[in-house]
Amino acid sequence: MLFELDNVCLTRAGVRVLDQLSAQIDRGATAIVGPSGSGKSSLLRLLNRLADPDSGRIDYEGRPITDRDVLALRREVMLVPQLPALVPGTVSDNLDFAARLARRETINGPQAQQALLAAGLDASFGDRDTARLSVGEQQRAMLARALAVEPAVLLLDEPTSALDAEATARVEEALAGLRRRRDLSIVLVTHDAGQAERLADAVIRLEPAAGGSRARAAERAR
Amino acid sequence: MSVGIDVSLEQVLAALGLVAVAAGIAAWRQTDLERDIGIAVVRSFIQLTAIGYVIQLIFDADNLLFVFVLIAVMVAFGAYTARARARKVPGAMLPLVLGLSLAAVATLGLVVGLGIFEPEARFLVPVGGMVVGNAMTASAVALNRLGDEFEDSAARIEATLALGATSHEAALPSVRRALRSGTITLIDSTKTTGLIFFPGTMVGMLLAGADPVDAVRLQLILLYVLLGSVSISALVSVSLAYRNFFTAEHQLREPPQP
Repeated sequence: MLFELDNVCLTRAGVRVLDQLSAQIDRGATAIVGPSGSGKSSLLRLLNRLADPDSGRIDYEGRPITDRDVLALRREVMLVPQLPALVPGTVSDNLDFAARLARRETINGPQAQQALLAAGLDASFGDRDTARLSVGEQQRAMLARALAVEPAVLLLDEPTSALDAEATARVEEALAGLRRRRDLSIVLVTHDAGQAERLADAVIRLEPAAGGSRARAAERAR
Repeated sequence: MSVGIDVSLEQVLAALGLVAVAAGIAAWRQTDLERDIGIAVVRSFIQLTAIGYVIQLIFDADNLLFVFVLIAVMVAFGAYTARARARKVPGAMLPLVLGLSLAAVATLGLVVGLGIFEPEARFLVPVGGMVVGNAMTASAVALNRLGDEFEDSAARIEATLALGATSHEAALPSVRRALRSGTITLIDSTKTTGLIFFPGTMVGMLLAGADPVDAVRLQLILLYVLLGSVSISALVSVSLAYRNFFTAEHQLREPPQP
């Protein structure tokens, strides 16, 4: 068991986003699906402690998630947000930035190339200025940046939301390849039921409750 | 120092003629600044007149405790005023008070310690007022920018935290830009001193009939301590205030609900 959530409640901006949510996330690939506003991204943020729940318990690898040093946890359980937020400079600068933050060392050429390829970008992207990339390319650069740190768990928030069908296929192929080649677990938030089906071993569905923005784990598939 | 200039109240009022022109232009161009110009004129008249009497009392008493109290009041009022420009920064008051206090203490300690001024009210009050005023402006600009930075760059800051960065590492680019904003105006005006504008102390001394070389040297001392103290103030207030955007667990706090 990778994560276990028990009766988790979360309020954001004065609105109850998650209400008594209980769910289990195993190793492998898990998709979190549900309509807009059902708390998918908020749930993902709880898993690397960018936020903490108001109440309830979250365990990571059988121990309360708060037992871990929060910085070490984030380097191990890496979140890639939906909106690209790269630092100014080249894509390589960003990979180096992530590696220095996470491992306190610079990244070498072959490691950078490997991260770029794994994110579906060819090696020439390393020298590209991030300000001149399309949103889709920025999303993949964000994924490459996270992979440069070699996390154990990747939390992906709508990783293909800005991509066309061809680029989406490339990213999905890259993610499938990553899982085959490395012992990497993935928790993926997606609107795309087909993508959840293609990539995930399990699906957690969040459903807003009658009261408005309440949500709970409703079903587990496959 | 003898001042060979007598200024009547009528002359002060006549100087308002130019302000009337500025207000007229503001109304004509619809910049919506007439009210602010009016408030600035009235407030400056009342405040300067009142402080004139207060300073007179303090000079007559010649007691350093009164000087300390006056500067403490200036720091408190300066911090309160600057906080209004830093509404987006949670808990800005304490960093501002500490920043302004340190700027005042460091500057006055230096000028007295170096023997530039005697520890007397007639020196400490104007220098203290000048330092606190400039430090207030710099800190207000810096914290205002810091608030904007955290509002505009929340996604980038959180994405950096998500990589395992500390709150200090995630905030560093915003902190740098805020510090730059707070101090750049004074740095630029210091660069152009003597070329484009004559600073107040020098103008005052020349008008009062002082030797130009003495006026320049005193002005240089004040410019340098001002540059240092303003930088200290912005640095302290920004370095303390940015922490209020984060929890102890390196999480970005939710902005307060309107």
